[in-house]
Amino acid sequence: MGLQVKKNNISCDLMIIGAGMAGVAAAIFAARNGIDTVQAGLTGETLYASGLFDLYGVSHSPTRELIDDPWQGLRQLKKKNPEHPFSLLSIDQIRTAMDGLTKFMEDVGQPYKGYPDKNARLITSVGTIKRTYRVPETLWEGVKALEKKEPCLIVDIQGLRGFSAIQMVESLSHSWPCLAAATINLSWDNRLGPKYAEHIARGLESESARMEMADAIRPHLGDAKTLGLPAVLGIQDPLGVCRDMEKKLGLPVFEIPTMPPAVAGVRLKEAFDIHLPRLGIQTFFHHTVHTVRHQKDERFFLEVGRTAPEITVSADVVLLATGRFLGKGLISDRKGIREALLDLPVSQPDHRRYWHRESFLDPKGHAINLAGLEVDDSFRPITARGLPACPNLYAAGSILAYQDWIRTKSGTGLAVATAYGAIEAIKRTGK
Amino acid sequence: MTLKTQVLIIGGGATGTGLARDLSLRGINCMLVEKQDINAGASGGNHGLLHSGARYIASDPASAKECREEGSILKRLAPQCVEDTGGLFVAVKGDNENYIADFPDRCSRCGISCVAVDPKEALVLEPSLSPDIIAAYAVEDASIDPFMLSLDNLAQACELGASQLLHHQVVGFEKRGGKIEAVRLMDRRRDEEVRIFTDQVVNACGAWAGEVAAMAGVRINMVYSQGTLVISRMRIGERVINRLRKAADADILVPAGTVSIFGTTSRRIDAPDNYRPTTDEIDAMIDDGMAMIPKLADTRYIRAYAGVRPLVKSGNDDDDRAVSRGFSLMDHQADGLDNFITITGGKLTTYRLMAEKTADLVCRRMGITQACRTAHEHLPASHAAQYTEPGFTPKLWFKKNDPSDLLLCECEMVSTAVFNEIAESLCENGHRPGLLEMGQRSRVGKGPCQGSFCSLRMTAHMYNKGMLKNGEGIAELKDFLNERWRGIQPLLWGSAVSQAELQEALHCGLLNLDVEESA
Repeated sequence: MGLQVKKNNISCDLMIIGAGMAGVAAAIFAARNGIDTVQAGLTGETLYASGLFDLYGVSHSPTRELIDDPWQGLRQLKKKNPEHPFSLLSIDQIRTAMDGLTKFMEDVGQPYKGYPDKNARLITSVGTIKRTYRVPETLWEGVKALEKKEPCLIVDIQGLRGFSAIQMVESLSHSWPCLAAATINLSWDNRLGPKYAEHIARGLESESARMEMADAIRPHLGDAKTLGLPAVLGIQDPLGVCRDMEKKLGLPVFEIPTMPPAVAGVRLKEAFDIHLPRLGIQTFFHHTVHTVRHQKDERFFLEVGRTAPEITVSADVVLLATGRFLGKGLISDRKGIREALLDLPVSQPDHRRYWHRESFLDPKGHAINLAGLEVDDSFRPITARGLPACPNLYAAGSILAYQDWIRTKSGTGLAVATAYGAIEAIKRTGK
Repeated sequence: MTLKTQVLIIGGGATGTGLARDLSLRGINCMLVEKQDINAGASGGNHGLLHSGARYIASDPASAKECREEGSILKRLAPQCVEDTGGLFVAVKGDNENYIADFPDRCSRCGISCVAVDPKEALVLEPSLSPDIIAAYAVEDASIDPFMLSLDNLAQACELGASQLLHHQVVGFEKRGGKIEAVRLMDRRRDEEVRIFTDQVVNACGAWAGEVAAMAGVRINMVYSQGTLVISRMRIGERVINRLRKAADADILVPAGTVSIFGTTSRRIDAPDNYRPTTDEIDAMIDDGMAMIPKLADTRYIRAYAGVRPLVKSGNDDDDRAVSRGFSLMDHQADGLDNFITITGGKLTTYRLMAEKTADLVCRRMGITQACRTAHEHLPASHAAQYTEPGFTPKLWFKKNDPSDLLLCECEMVSTAVFNEIAESLCENGHRPGLLEMGQRSRVGKGPCQGSFCSLRMTAHMYNKGMLKNGEGIAELKDFLNERWRGIQPLLWGSAVSQAELQEALHCGLLNLDVEESA
């Protein structure tokens, strides 16, 4: 299927615009339902993804409570904030959606782990604690080590900037006393100059590099019961690389996310690039949709291409998963915010002066992050009168209004759950 | 801790640092104290414009003449700080024609050079000007780096024996028999009190002069006027471009190396600490400035900032030693304090003259007859100031060609070696190096990423070098990001919104800096 020649004119049931987490999740759900799907979008931003599957880590309410049980948290959210996109879905639907994505990652050789009804906590490279729902299995021992405050060694790599073991130990040791730090050199890459996580990760796919790295780490182990490394343990099979390091060193090993662009994003991007076409999705990654026209017969006509239109697609249904400003789903100028492709109405503050707060880190968050598309119960964008803008146009992911995925630590959950909801709604129409 | 000095200078702006140099050149021992960092107030929050004087010919001819004289002195004696761009005054359709007609005469009455330029010719010289300009005059404006200027002044003063205490805030004066005997300060970084015994005290706190004087029991009637400016990502134009009209908002565009600075506004604020650039000011400024330079409407701006003009209300300002309306030199003998002087108001262009007049008064009080040397002697270029110049650190890094010298800031190419050198010089002067101090002394955080990535690399490096301990790095990051945000927030539209979203996803989404949670 991967070799099939792409025609210049394609007809399909569903066109997904966007290749971020929401677009990818929608493609997975569409494929599982046998929907004939074409997908176009840029996967470049995925390189900045953390690789963590957040669901709901901090409450949407202004008090910003830390959430232990995300499901209980979501039930509260649904009660208090019916306009939030999560509130358009049942808890069972959200759970099914998260499980669906987790299953896909397992199928492609990048298993995730988490507690069924509890958020996991992990340490970050600046020594803060981050809550998330599911982590790549290569991070799991770190979640357990933090829970038990086990004696732990954190190792950094000479030349890998922005990742300091001493920083983490200094920042955390008052509440996690048995932490130690060490620095190693990469013997197989002894060039001077900066080291990049992706290069190291590709290097560690070879057995000899792993052997040398283990030899460099061994003298520092001391009393450590577990070992934290920057996230550099391979791209294609990180768990295999991780298990091999554990075998060589004789203790559990875990990864700590590095600053982006990090391998977490590269792993996701490669998984999507390779495996979505295998599910039967006709993908046009690195392509964007240049124009969208809603025809008289209610079908959509789209022009797709890299820099200029190359392919035309005719689709029964369109799902917008174009993201926010970084994904270019929303655009802004001094006067206001617009939806980029169809100029759909965007719910937004009255004036630019209300977009952002005076303090960047204000826990209350910035009003601009609640701006976006309003949708009906079927995830169809609506106009000011509350009616669907088009009967066969859907939207999912971070472009939706009334949610703040960054501050509520709910990015993946929101993308995946709303993608699931949209595909379910599309299925119901029978198109 | 207890210290001693002959003259204590409060305030590390252009005037304070200039005064430290002036006194040191006269052989007087002095100490400069500053509650924040060098040029934290209006000395850092201005256009960086070395006025020819033409802007003040109508409103304040005395200031205009001062600017003319001081401008030419600085061009000659501090060339490292000055880019001698020249300037244009241009009028557009609708601007007051009487003002335009009177302009050359008024300039010549103040001795200010002013050459008429045909509007068509002006468009060739400065293609970003509006085709609707109706008059243009060339003047001798220039661009000046205020931070380099203050650092160079302070560096020479310190070489001559002066000392400096940054992040030390005055908390009280100890008076005895009509004199200030000692000044009490709080070391804000170490949370310790310091007492300094001194013969003379000079209050050079700019907009904060009133608050400091009040602690000594002296009342100065001040009003505070905020001026907001924006920095464009690319340089617009070769010369300083002024609107040819009675001084108003959004009048001046000053090139500064690889960028340009556009401003300003004038907005009354209640207290000197309450300044910050606002969305409304910036919108109004761009809408107005477009008439003169249309491309201001779709230029990408990288940072906004504001300064507070210290304006002294007349009434308490009848001191005959106050040289002109441009600045206020107040001898507080009349208020019952024999060794307390305030110098405030004025302009960056006339900072040297302000320092000279203040030092003259200090000398008279101390019975010292040494004459001022700053009007004739070169200001030596200091090592400390060189890294603020755009394009300098990349050149240095490429020339050195040492791959082990890792870049901490990739946008502006500031390397580990440069970072370490600045950090060491801060430590030598008793300061603690931090991200904001690095941002002041180099181009760190001034590139397109606006500190998102380099802040993380610098913090990690500081831990590795033992400059940060315990959880200090998290506080350091938060302060740096919130401070940078002041300058970014009102400029968020277009692609800047995407950059801010990425920054928030990184710092809040992944690194959780918006949430308090312990291990």
